[in-house]
Amino acid sequence: MKIVIVGCGRVGASAADLYDRSGHDVIILDSVTAAFDRLPSTFGGQAIRGDGTDEDVLLKAGAAGADVFLAVTEGDNRNVMAAQLANEALGISRSIAKINDPLRAAAYAELGIATLCRTGLMLDAVNEYLALGPSNLPGMLAPSGHHDGDRHDGTSSLTRPVSPTGASTGSTSATTQEV
Amino acid sequence: MFVLVVGGGKVGYYLAKELIDAGHEVALMEKDRRRAGQIADEIGSIVIAHDGCEGKYLGEAGCNRADVVAAVTGDDEDNLVICQMAKHHFDVPRTIARVNNPKNEALFRHLGVDELISPTRMILGSIEQDIPVHELLHLAALGEGELEIIEAHLQSGSPAIGHAPRDLAIPDGCSLFAVIRNGVATPLRPDTIMLEGDKVIAIGNTDCQALLHAQLIGEALATDA
Repeated sequence: MKIVIVGCGRVGASAADLYDRSGHDVIILDSVTAAFDRLPSTFGGQAIRGDGTDEDVLLKAGAAGADVFLAVTEGDNRNVMAAQLANEALGISRSIAKINDPLRAAAYAELGIATLCRTGLMLDAVNEYLALGPSNLPGMLAPSGHHDGDRHDGTSSLTRPVSPTGASTGSTSATTQEV
Repeated sequence: MFVLVVGGGKVGYYLAKELIDAGHEVALMEKDRRRAGQIADEIGSIVIAHDGCEGKYLGEAGCNRADVVAAVTGDDEDNLVICQMAKHHFDVPRTIARVNNPKNEALFRHLGVDELISPTRMILGSIEQDIPVHELLHLAALGEGELEIIEAHLQSGSPAIGHAPRDLAIPDGCSLFAVIRNGVATPLRPDTIMLEGDKVIAIGNTDCQALLHAQLIGEALATDA
C-alpha cells in the first residue's frame, strides 16, 4: 500500500518505520526537518519537509493516489484539515486524523473522516488494565457520514471543474461570494 | 443578532467592538488568557478565555444559539474547524471564516463554510486592478506605422470563445487571419470556432484596436470576483 503520513512525531515516525519495514510505500511529511531525526537510518521511504495542510505540497510529495492518509501532527485542527484535503481534493478515501478532543473526534467521523482520539483510547486501555468498564469516549472511529450529508461514494466534487464564475460546481455551492 | 467571534487578534477585537456599537449581542473567544484579559478590560465581560476549536467551550459560549459565527484567528485550519463545528454540531445558520491562504478557499467552500474573507485575496485583487492583465499584444508595425500585427490571447471571459470570426463585429480596416492553437498556426477562416487558449493574430489600423479589444479580450475583469 502507498501510505502518506503527516507529522513526524513519535506516532508518525513509529508508523513510518513500521509500515516501511512491512514493505509498504511510505511518504512522511513534517514542517520541521529535525523531526526526521526520529526516523531510523534504515528507513527506506520518502521524508519530505513541508506543510501537510497545503494541497500543492501534498501533490508535489506524490500523495495523490495513496491508499491511506494518516494525519498525526500535534495539532488537532491541522490533522482535520489535512485529512479532509486528502479525502476531498486528493481522493484518498481512507484518511485518518488524530483528534484528541473527543467531541471533535466524534463530530468529524460523522463528517466523513476516520478519527483517532487519544483521550478515549488511553482511558479504555487504563480501564481495561484496571478491569473497569469502557470509557464510552471515542477511540478509533470509522467515518459514519459525509459533510454533504448524502454522498458516501468517495468521489469528490472538489476535483470537478470549476465554473467560470469561480463558483464550485459541487453540491455545496450555495454559498455567498466574497469581495 | 447574537454573533460569536472566535479569535481575539486585531480583527476579532475590532469586529467585536463594532458589532457591540451596532447593538448586537457578542461573545468573543480568545484562548490566550492574557490577551483575553486585556480585551475584557477594554470592552467588558463578553470575553471567554478558552479555545474556540474545542467543542466543549464552543457549547459553553452559547454556540448553539448563535446567529453567526465568525472565525477570525490567524490559522486557517482553526478557522475551518470552528466553522465546521459550528455548522454541523451546533446548527449555526451562518458561518464566516477568515482565510489567509487563498488556495484554501475552494476547500473551505466545499466543506460548507458559508462565507470566506481572504485579506490576501482582497489585497491581491486591489493590486491586480491596476495591472492590465489581458491586453492585445503588438507584434509588429507595418508600413508607415498605421497598420499593426496584433495578437489576442483568448482567455476565460473572452466573448470570442465559442464563436467564429463571421459572428463577431470585426471593425473595418481589420482582418483576423491566423490562429495559433497548441503551438500550431493555421489560417483563421470565417467559420473557424475560436477556443479558450487560442492566440488570434490580426492585422489592422490603430483606430480599430479598442473595438478589437472588446471583441477578442472582453471587458476589464471588474465583475469577475
